[in-house]
Amino acid sequence: MSQALTGSLKKTPLNARHRAAGARMVEYGGWDMPVEYSGIVDEHLAVRSRAGLFDVSHMGQIEIAGRDALAAVQHITTNDASRLAIGQAHYSALPTPEGTFVDDVLTYRLADDHYLLVVNAANIVKDFTWIVKHIAGMGDAAAVNTSSRYALIAVQGPVAREVLQPLTGISLGDIKYYWFTTGEVAGVRVTVSRTGYTGEDGYEIFVPPASAERVWDAVLAAGRPAGLVPAGLGARDTLRLEAAMRLFGNDIDETTTVLEADLGWTVGWKKAEFIGAEVLRRQKQEGVSRKIVGFEVLDRAIARHGYDVYVDGVKAGTVTSGTQTPYLKKAIGMAYLPIDRCAPGTAFEIDVRGRRVRAEVVPLPFYKRK
Amino acid sequence: MYPVDLKYTKDHEWVKITGSDARVGITDYAQKQLGDVVYLELPEVGRQLNKGDAFGTIESVKAVSELYSPVSGEVTEVNRALTERPEAVNANPHESWMIVMKITGAPGIDNDDLLDAGQYTELTK
Repeated sequence: MSQALTGSLKKTPLNARHRAAGARMVEYGGWDMPVEYSGIVDEHLAVRSRAGLFDVSHMGQIEIAGRDALAAVQHITTNDASRLAIGQAHYSALPTPEGTFVDDVLTYRLADDHYLLVVNAANIVKDFTWIVKHIAGMGDAAAVNTSSRYALIAVQGPVAREVLQPLTGISLGDIKYYWFTTGEVAGVRVTVSRTGYTGEDGYEIFVPPASAERVWDAVLAAGRPAGLVPAGLGARDTLRLEAAMRLFGNDIDETTTVLEADLGWTVGWKKAEFIGAEVLRRQKQEGVSRKIVGFEVLDRAIARHGYDVYVDGVKAGTVTSGTQTPYLKKAIGMAYLPIDRCAPGTAFEIDVRGRRVRAEVVPLPFYKRK
Repeated sequence: MYPVDLKYTKDHEWVKITGSDARVGITDYAQKQLGDVVYLELPEVGRQLNKGDAFGTIESVKAVSELYSPVSGEVTEVNRALTERPEAVNANPHESWMIVMKITGAPGIDNDDLLDAGQYTELTK
């Protein structure tokens, strides 16, 4: 229970707002970030029933532009970017030749020959280096790390739209899920995307860093009467886990393939070629030997990241994510299990600090909004 | 804000010593660091503890933390009602006792390492 030194950590343009609001700050991916304001449970429930306001400015942005930008994006991501219209986004893996994850990303098509990848904070330098290396020699396509040009503010929850709408001329209801548009919010020129990492409807707003506080303050003031609260990374993690969204570094990494992570839907199988295609096509045909599953803990215990998983008394893997969920009020998590043990209802055990507790495979996601 | 009739440890437990009985819980600072408490594991009555031994675990949504005995002695009572509704630790940390111990040795002399309210307030500034 010691306070980390924050001197060398990167700060988002909203850092002073978090500190002024009394948020508990933690180091995350090299950033000084708010983990909670009023408490994880309170913030989690606010997002499920009303709305939450998140600073996710630590996320990175890498843009790829040029006449051959599409070919470059097709090569370095698994999903089929040729299907993206201008103004549309999708989720994708940034794969290794082994079909595992360098990172997971959202790909936005900004213009004909201009794409934006939103990447994980801790991976910005790694991803950028990887991308530059792997698009070299692909013709007219250049990658630029534009992370410092954007603050990113997420408004998530059932009342997100009604809170945000009075602040903008954009007709928010006309933005379809995983589409985006540009316009003004609180008098600031922004890009508004109907995306998120909570399992709720909502928006992510790309804001010039110098105007981040202005947008943050305006959304907070407009949202307070409707029950919107500022929310930290703690609630973001419990929310995304209930929605079974994978977290890089926990559920997916350089050792797990896209198919083992049960993310085959992010692969454009009709594409000609992309990094890792050979391995993934073979795994698709032959099947994988293990797969990620959701589980519920049946005994009174919380299974957390890194705890060992036992099948028939034999160690079979580790818990990749696990928590007590505030909304479902259960101990849930995800783990990789042998493929013949992945059916819902399958029993297995988890070592919780020396004690074996019972768990059961359940369908994903744990939570789906109505 | 820290009650003056309690003593405190650097591990953020409080202890209320009455004669040779010691009532033990965690401090307001500790519950704030943990956040929303969801599980509490406590020992059985009769367990012998040395000062500094782990006597249980407390879990919040985001973290798990060990509980350390502030004194040496035997566990004589366990607050089973608190394990049923551990969120009370967040609401009333200094009333939410976890165990009672019968202190071995001289309660005062052996435990002069414990902090008073003023010292503990300084520690958690």
